[in-house]
Parts: sequence; structure tokens; C-alpha cells
Amino acid sequence: MSIILKIEDLSKSFTLHNLDRHIKACNNISLAVKQGEFVGITGKSGSGKSTILKSIYRTYLPEQGSIWYNSLKFGLINLSEASERQIIYLRKYEIGYVSQFLKVMPRTTAREIVEDAVLEMGHDSEVAMQETVKILSHFELDQELWDSYPATFSGGEKLRLNVAHAMIKRPRLLLLDEPTASLDSYNKQKVKVLIEQLKNEGTTMLGIFHDIEFMGGLCDREFNMHQGVIDN
Amino acid sequence: MTHFEEPILKVRELSKKFGDGCDSCNSLIEGSLDRNYCPVCGTIHACQKISFDLYRGEILGIVGESGSGKSTLVRCLYFDQEATAGNAYIKDYSDGQENIFSVTSQKKRYIRDHIFGMVYQNPYLSLKMRFTSLSNVAEKLIAAGNRNVGKMLDRGHQLFDHVNLEGFRRKDAPATFSGGMQQRVQIAKALSNNPPILLLDEVTTGLDLSVQANVLDLIKELQRELEISMIVVSHDLSVIRMLADRTIVMLNGKVIEHGLTDQILEDPQHPYTQQLVHSLL
Ligand SMILES: Nc1ncnc2c1ncn2[C@@H]1O[C@H](COP(=O)(O)OP(=O)(O)OP(=O)(O)O)[C@@H](O)[C@H]1O
Ligand SMILES: Nc1ncnc2c1ncn2[C@@H]1O[C@H](COP(=O)(O)OP(=O)(O)OP(=O)(O)O)[C@@H](O)[C@H]1O
Ligand SMILES: [Mg+2]
Ligand SMILES: [Mg+2]
Ligand SMILES: [Zn+2]
Repeated sequence: MSIILKIEDLSKSFTLHNLDRHIKACNNISLAVKQGEFVGITGKSGSGKSTILKSIYRTYLPEQGSIWYNSLKFGLINLSEASERQIIYLRKYEIGYVSQFLKVMPRTTAREIVEDAVLEMGHDSEVAMQETVKILSHFELDQELWDSYPATFSGGEKLRLNVAHAMIKRPRLLLLDEPTASLDSYNKQKVKVLIEQLKNEGTTMLGIFHDIEFMGGLCDREFNMHQGVIDN
Repeated sequence: MTHFEEPILKVRELSKKFGDGCDSCNSLIEGSLDRNYCPVCGTIHACQKISFDLYRGEILGIVGESGSGKSTLVRCLYFDQEATAGNAYIKDYSDGQENIFSVTSQKKRYIRDHIFGMVYQNPYLSLKMRFTSLSNVAEKLIAAGNRNVGKMLDRGHQLFDHVNLEGFRRKDAPATFSGGMQQRVQIAKALSNNPPILLLDEVTTGLDLSVQANVLDLIKELQRELEISMIVVSHDLSVIRMLADRTIVMLNGKVIEHGLTDQILEDPQHPYTQQLVHSLL
């Protein structure tokens, strides 16, 4: 299998000018992920796990090292140097990110949020409607909520919508930042089923799980982070 | 490969000064960020070599404190102010071949009426407050060469449908409207001739919070439906967070930082941007 993501010597620190502080978040990280693999990242709080995912997604600006991604559109591209518009393109069509927090869009219902994600990839509205119903039903989001604004949802409802929103795009590379945190075990199981399904469809995934045993068997490999470095 | 798509608007080294300038002004432009005026001759360098690209269908945010040059920037683009130096090219105007700052005033009028829509913080700058809302829109349609009254009326209602202005208020004068409604009329007017680019300068500043939210919702909705490109100017980072895909940060007439909006918010680089972000939390 070919390599889809190759991180070389990634380091990231934060300089907080007004607090006169410098925080090293991760150091000299190198790792490679093959197409179709599901790689887990574990480690204590503050060890730099999210920093790696956010650097890949460019929510954080990497300061040193390269993040090589094999894109359908651009070929081999270094995500730490790609243009803002290239990153926007990749976020739309190739790379997904699920975090604990949903960016709630104003005056957009749960159904529209999910439909828009399908539409912006160029599918027609018929497909978007059907896929949306499928995935919202899968996560058993209360039907009454489908046409209301997520601003008022509970944390768990928001999270399920968030996961649905990212997963429905079937991105080539899916970054999962504790997608099961704060879900009860029933809903965790739902996420797991979907991850398994995506894996069977060939989606490459890099995910942070604090209870990785729960993913039991699904993960092909695991990295453990400790104070900003990979320690296994 | 970097250029896989073409910008709809390219701005290059746009500068605007108020005053004649002097020899020491030059060192000011290259030098410090502390101020935008020349202590020797008093010239204000409101915009200093501003460059950026705007792409089709995106919302570009411009944020910065009061006096940083945000309004001057969009006003130069809309020809309310005359740029002192620099170039700008629009894909939908002579295929991006002509610098819009150096075309004839007739062509500039064409660009104002067809390419750009402008929405000001102060609705008095674009609306005739004592005319009906419909005739405010008609004015813009006429400027673009429309003459058929029936068609203009239809278009007017269509625009007011877009901005959710109730039917029974459409023959009223904006002078009798609330601030949020006046902004809706302004937005409808700016959209009259289907401009590919909308410039919005502090459109929610000064409105009540709930009214603000409504106007922001409307802008987002219009962008989703019409796939129009927008430049959204605000001193308020929460407005930018809600609307912009990418963001430019200005300080004393200069661009100090630009990036994807989530990156600007979560990993701001410049001390000023960090201060701005922290004050948001
Ligand atoms: N945006 C930021 N600005 C400043 N410091 C940050 C930022 N993001 C992370 N850090 C710091 O970098 C270090 C690593 O944080 P990171 O979020 O990567 O940890 P994590 O392993 O994901 O932790 P958790 O399990 O708690 O989510 C921490 O010391 C954190 O305070
Ligand atoms: N017509 C003018 N004549 C002289 N100076 C001007 C004029 N218009 C603006 N300036 C100056 O240019 C600088 C930039 O002003 P501008 O209105 O562009 O700032 P801004 O970023 O829009 O601020 P705000 O957030 O307060 O609207 C300021 O120092 C201002 O005093
Ligand atoms: Mg984390
Ligand atoms: Mg202003
Ligand atoms: Zn001077």
C-alpha cells in the first residue's frame, strides 16, 4: 500500500507575546500513514496529540518540518507550505477533521449542515438529501432536531452531528480528535460502527482516543505521545 | 501548482495617504508599526502597500483596530477615495487586464454599478432616506441602464425577499426603519445588479446584538445562495469568526498577518493579533 501521509521532523511551539511565554507542543515528530490505514494516537493530556492533527489540518501553522500528503488534486503536497486556498480545497474535498466542537453555522439547520457538506463536493441535491437522512438516522439524532438550529443542542447531540458532518463527506483522510469524548457508551458504539464502515471503504484515518481499547481491533497501529515526542 | 484557480480580485501594493508626504515619510512606510502618520509633515499613511487576492465565492475578512485603514482600503476599491499608488485587477472586468485605478471615470462608474456592491456602516451614505425602499433599489437599477418599470419592480421585490424585508414596508422610506432594516435595504440595493463582489464595511457595528446576529445570518445565507465573493471589514473579531474563510489583520495601515480564519483565531502569530484574539475569549 502506498503512503498517503508522511510527517517529517515536525515541531511546533507557541510564542505568547503578551504573556512572555514560549510553549513547546511537539518536537521532531516523524510518522507515516499508509492508504487505508487506521492509526491511533494516545498519550496524556498536554502531550501534543491535538497539535499534530491541527498542524496537518493547518489550524496551527507548523513551524518546522514537512507534512507530505498525497493529494488526488495536487499530487504530493507539503501541507505546511500549501497556499491558504489549496488548504481550503483539500478541506472541502479530501481531508476531514472531527473535533469535539461543532462550528455552529448561523441560521443553518442540522439537516442543512450535513446536506451542504455533500453538496459542496458536487453531488446533486437528491443524493445529498438521501445521504443526510441515512446518516442522521444512523446516529439516532432525534427527528425533531433535524430542522432546528444546533446552537441549542446538547453537547452529545452537537458531537453526533459534528461526526456525521465530517464522515458523510467520506474524506480520503480523516483526522479524528477524540470523536467519542463525552459520548455515552451507546453513542460511542455508533461512532465505532461508522469508523469501521469508513475503514472498510478504504478511508485513511488518524485518530486520537483516550480510551483506545474501545476501538479494539480496529486500529492498525498506535503511537504514544509523551511530552511532545513519540515514545514507542 | 500554487495557482490552481484564478482570483476574482487582485490587489497589489495599494497605498493611500492623506497629505502630500515628505522625505521622512518613506522611512515611515518601510519602518515602524507604531503609527500611521508622519511626525514631520503630518501626512496620514492610511494604507501602506496592501496586497491580497480574493477568490470566487469566498468571504475574506479584514480586521483591525480603529484607524488601521480598513475603511480606506475598501473605499479606494469602490473609488470613494482615490488610491495614491498601487494596482487592482478584476477578473470580471476586461478579464483582469486593466488596472482599475487608472481607467477613465466612466469605466469606474461602470465598475461601481456592475462589479462591486457596497454596504456602509452608516446607511445614510448609500440610501436616500426619504425615498421609498423600492425607489432606492430602482436608482441602482437605472444606473445600470434598466428602464422597464415593471421589471425593476419585480427585481426590487425579489431583492427584498432575499433580505427578508416584509412586503408592507417596501414602499416606506428607510428614514422610518430600524437600524437593522436599513442595513437590509442597503444590502438589497448593493445586490441590485448582481455584482460578483460585495464590500461590507462594519455593517453590524452599532446595532443591537440580536439585530447584529440577524444581519450576519443574512450575509452568510446570501453567500451560500448567491456564491458571491465578499470582503467583510470589521474591528470585531467575532464577526470575522462567523463569516470569513480567510482573514487579513491590519495595524496602522499595514497588513501584519493573514491566514485561514480558524488558524488566525487558534494560532495567531503577531503580538497584536494575539491581543485581539485574547480579548475575544
Ligand atoms: N493554540 C494554542 N496556543 C497555545 N498553546 C497551545 C495551543 N494549543 C496547544 N497548546 C499547548 O501545547 C501543548 C500540547 O497541547 P495539545 O492540545 O496538543 O495536547 P493534547 O495531547 O491534545 O492534550 P489533551 O489530551 O488534553 O487534548 C500544551 O502544553 C498546550 O497548552
Ligand atoms: N478623509 C480623510 N482625511 C484625512 N484622514 C483620513 C480620512 N479618512 C481616513 N483618514 C485617516 O486614515 C486612517 C485610517 O482610517 P480608516 O477610516 O480607514 O480606519 P478604519 O480601520 O476603518 O477604522 P474604524 O474601525 O474606526 O472604522 C485614520 O488615521 C484616519 O484618521
Ligand atoms: Mg487534544
Ligand atoms: Mg472604518
Ligand atoms: Zn512626512
